[in-house]
Amino acid sequence: MGNHISLLLVVIPLIAAPIVAVLPRGRLPWLATLIITFICAVLASSQLWMVLNDGVISYELGGWAPPWGIEYRIDAVNALVALIVAAIAAITLPYALLSAEKEIPQQQIPLFYSAFLLCLTGLLGITQTGDLFNVFVFLEISSLSSYALISLGRNRQALTSAYQYLIMGTIGATFFLIGVGLIYSQTGTLNMQDLAKLLPELAHLKTVHTGFAFIMIGIALKLAMYPLHLWLPNAYTYAPSVVTVFLAATATKVAIYIMLRVLFTIFPNDFLLATPTYDIFILSGMAAIIIASIYAIYQSNIKKLLAYSSVAQIGYIALGIGFASSKGITAALVHLFNHALMKAALFMAVGAIIYRIGSCNMKNINGLGKQMPWTFGAIVIAGLSLIGIPGTAGFISKWYLVTAALEQQAWISVAVILFGSLLAVIYIGKLIEALYFKPVTDSNQSVQEAPLLLLVPLWVLVCANIYFGLDTSLTVGVAEKAADVLGVINTSSISGVMNK
Amino acid sequence: MKRNPILRIVAKFLIPLIILFALYVQFHGDFGPGGGFQAGVIFSAALILYALVFGLDAAEKIIPPHILRILASAGVVLYASVGVVSLFLGANYLDYSVLGSTQIKGQHLGILLVELGVGMTVTAVMLIIFFAFAGRGRP
Repeated sequence: MGNHISLLLVVIPLIAAPIVAVLPRGRLPWLATLIITFICAVLASSQLWMVLNDGVISYELGGWAPPWGIEYRIDAVNALVALIVAAIAAITLPYALLSAEKEIPQQQIPLFYSAFLLCLTGLLGITQTGDLFNVFVFLEISSLSSYALISLGRNRQALTSAYQYLIMGTIGATFFLIGVGLIYSQTGTLNMQDLAKLLPELAHLKTVHTGFAFIMIGIALKLAMYPLHLWLPNAYTYAPSVVTVFLAATATKVAIYIMLRVLFTIFPNDFLLATPTYDIFILSGMAAIIIASIYAIYQSNIKKLLAYSSVAQIGYIALGIGFASSKGITAALVHLFNHALMKAALFMAVGAIIYRIGSCNMKNINGLGKQMPWTFGAIVIAGLSLIGIPGTAGFISKWYLVTAALEQQAWISVAVILFGSLLAVIYIGKLIEALYFKPVTDSNQSVQEAPLLLLVPLWVLVCANIYFGLDTSLTVGVAEKAADVLGVINTSSISGVMNK
Repeated sequence: MKRNPILRIVAKFLIPLIILFALYVQFHGDFGPGGGFQAGVIFSAALILYALVFGLDAAEKIIPPHILRILASAGVVLYASVGVVSLFLGANYLDYSVLGSTQIKGQHLGILLVELGVGMTVTAVMLIIFFAFAGRGRP
């Protein structure tokens, strides 16, 4: 049984998705999806536990031995990311019932849950597989279903933003595929472990460099790394609330995971040091933190504000990767986990507001904090976590990031991280000001607190934000292990321009 | 187009042949070029030709949209559950060798079933896409 867990995580939602699509309308599709996501969450946590205790899991699909067959290879890194994806899905689903009924046409509901399960299949598949081409296949499964999910939004803009994401996402996937093809033409293998063995000798080839560049751009588009983030704000803004919660917390995180794999497992260190990769990460990260945060301040749509903040937060993770030290990667992974928690909580809270007033414009939410105290409380705590106040999860990731920066004496980066937190204070402050300190508008006088079914998952995430701010043994412990697995290089060998 | 006798007769003559060729590509896929995807596209081309010549309503009478939806789902489930059967037989997922009495028979049966699933889903999805576009603007 043991090893089969790695496979069941992908196959269970895959089989469930077409079945859910033909279930009758009503609440049955939701119930089925709920059960499946809970099973996946349990499997993902037992998988992480197994990896931490017994080491790497390797699974040969169809009984074909790697490197010829497809291998699922699970170590601490993917086990952690798989757990994030599965757990967020399980927390989102109870919330989905009412929110989806309100925002999605009734006849689309079974298809919505089906697409949700397919998206989950794709995201979990990316984390499980040890085969570079298989990554592309699952990337397409998750992307295609997320285009469909985004286009279900209430406004017609949802269609254009889904289309925009489709174009950008397809370019990203194509670039990734071209890159994989070029690498394959030189090495003759797609297995990640095999590639890691073969590439050091071929690292001087122009084809390998070109393939690497294609792969990097492809993934950077998928993870919305600044300045390739243009699809993200609209997609997150106009998607149904549930979809935003799920995608914001998982889709970009999984793309970051592929990035880490490609950088640290597949390509040799000397190769990376001969290219300006790390400097680009640091520059892009710093630009994202400052520019996207400033954009966030000027948004009048709350979801768009949070979406731009997501771009900025991805910048922190890029910065962590750019340091290319064990501490930097730990910080990136911890922030990956923590950012999933805080953004999911914030988008859930905004979803609760939309559930009550049908809008998420700054103008329409004035004074709602008094009428919806629990939702407001959640926004405050998750917002503080986003800023990085001690006692919340956000503080832990910022702390590790600053430590990693100080270790390399990258003073500019330290300043940018702190400045980014100040900008977060402004945009979260703006939100809180509108919700609490502005007088209630007449149309909002009768607005009540969100239903319990929305509040419970929201507060589970809020409590997780506080819990992981106080007890870091799971997050930092696993992240450090994962950084070890990725075999990150000795910091002294880095000679980036930005680090001096 | 319903009154055009040449089109109607040629279509009636061609459609069975197209379907036959689709089935050949489907079930001969493990010996020659072909397989579920190609067969599915050819099969749906036969039905799309029927819809073009005899009208959308006539085509929907032959294969109603809700059946298509079930067919599309059933194909994926068939593919995935072949893998689950090999799990229950004690092998790894999608390991066809354990499905038959010998390894070759098992591999043969496995790929046949999997391709059948692909064929079903591709046929159904092609037709769903066609009906969705062709049916736009209908009351």
